[in-house]
Amino acid sequence: MTRLLALGAIVLTTAAVAWAGMDDDEPKSGRAPKPVIAEPIKGDRCVEDEAYMRRNHMKLLDHHRDETVLKGIRTKKYSLKECINCHASEKTGSVATAKDDFCVSCHSYAAVKIDCFDCHSTKPQVSAAKHPLDAEAAHYKHEMDGDEQ
Amino acid sequence: MSELKTISDNAPSSPERRRFIGAATATAAGLTLAPGVMLIEVAHGRPEGQAASASVRWGMLVDATQCATGCDDCVTACSTENGWTPVAESKHPKQAPQWIRKLELQDPLTQMETNLPMMCQHCAEPPCVDVCPTGASFKRADGIVLVNRHTCIGCRYCMMACPYKARSLVHEPLNDTQKPDVPRGIGCVEACTFCVQKVDRGDGTTACVEACTAAGHNALVFGDMNDPASEISKRLRELPTKQVRADLNLNLGVHYHGI
Repeated sequence: MTRLLALGAIVLTTAAVAWAGMDDDEPKSGRAPKPVIAEPIKGDRCVEDEAYMRRNHMKLLDHHRDETVLKGIRTKKYSLKECINCHASEKTGSVATAKDDFCVSCHSYAAVKIDCFDCHSTKPQVSAAKHPLDAEAAHYKHEMDGDEQ
Repeated sequence: MSELKTISDNAPSSPERRRFIGAATATAAGLTLAPGVMLIEVAHGRPEGQAASASVRWGMLVDATQCATGCDDCVTACSTENGWTPVAESKHPKQAPQWIRKLELQDPLTQMETNLPMMCQHCAEPPCVDVCPTGASFKRADGIVLVNRHTCIGCRYCMMACPYKARSLVHEPLNDTQKPDVPRGIGCVEACTFCVQKVDRGDGTTACVEACTAAGHNALVFGDMNDPASEISKRLRELPTKQVRADLNLNLGVHYHGI
């Protein structure tokens, strides 16, 4: 028992020394690597303010997903596709490919598993006007984008 | 219909019939009162924030007499639009997802050959919805039968229940090859969606229909079966059509001519 206690004491002391050593190198509050939050590639403000989005984006997305899947309401505000359109990284063109990409960066920091991209594409839509009807819709979409910004 | 016309030509109309005609004219007037609105709705679909409406029933007419032997343009177009790997290119063809497939049938007695595409028939009474234990398999208000992948657990009851073998399970991880408009994923069941992303966008058509028309076969017509003025309604009124396994009374969204 005494031997175990002694071992414990040694481990604790070592840990404390190591801790102190780290404290010297980095500021006290930020020992864990902070997430890289890249600026969005387009648009200057989000659909809600940042603090609200950080806490509640999952609720907004969940609500919107049910509206879209069950009722076919495909409004742009709060749609995952629009998140991706603005937040896809310039380097990878994706929100969840590299570890610094917008979604992954925070989610790995918070240790929250992200399921969206098992099914959803992580990349914005490359809008190609394949036929007249598409071209018309694309034009309409462009106008909508203009209105929003 | 022709019977009704004969009656109206020869006999004086009964009060009941007058009432019916009155109601019909009123409906027609309602339609023509706002022709602009109707046209916009047909051309561009419903407004962005509006839910799919039960006043619409999307349906398809397959004219098997026009469907060409050896042509699989509809299948290719579907795979391109919705991002599923064509079965021939799949590593595991037996379990590869297949949203639409071409069937070539031969009558053993007469040797007559029939070509037709087979896909989800978008039943009004879908057996896949009846059996789904999580409610993931559902019918949208406008008659499109879909899988909510957020609740699908991949049990494949619906695949067993479907009389048309229309559904597939995704067995392999897709590794971010999905189309932004068409989320798909491993462990979920999927099938033809009548190109719901296009329908919601207001295209009023599907990838297979576009491809068939582009190839000049014109074997497929897509539209609102509840709108008497739509092309599909007109064609359905004119052509004798059948539902596959009509004995099941599922009231299908896909009608076949020439089978």
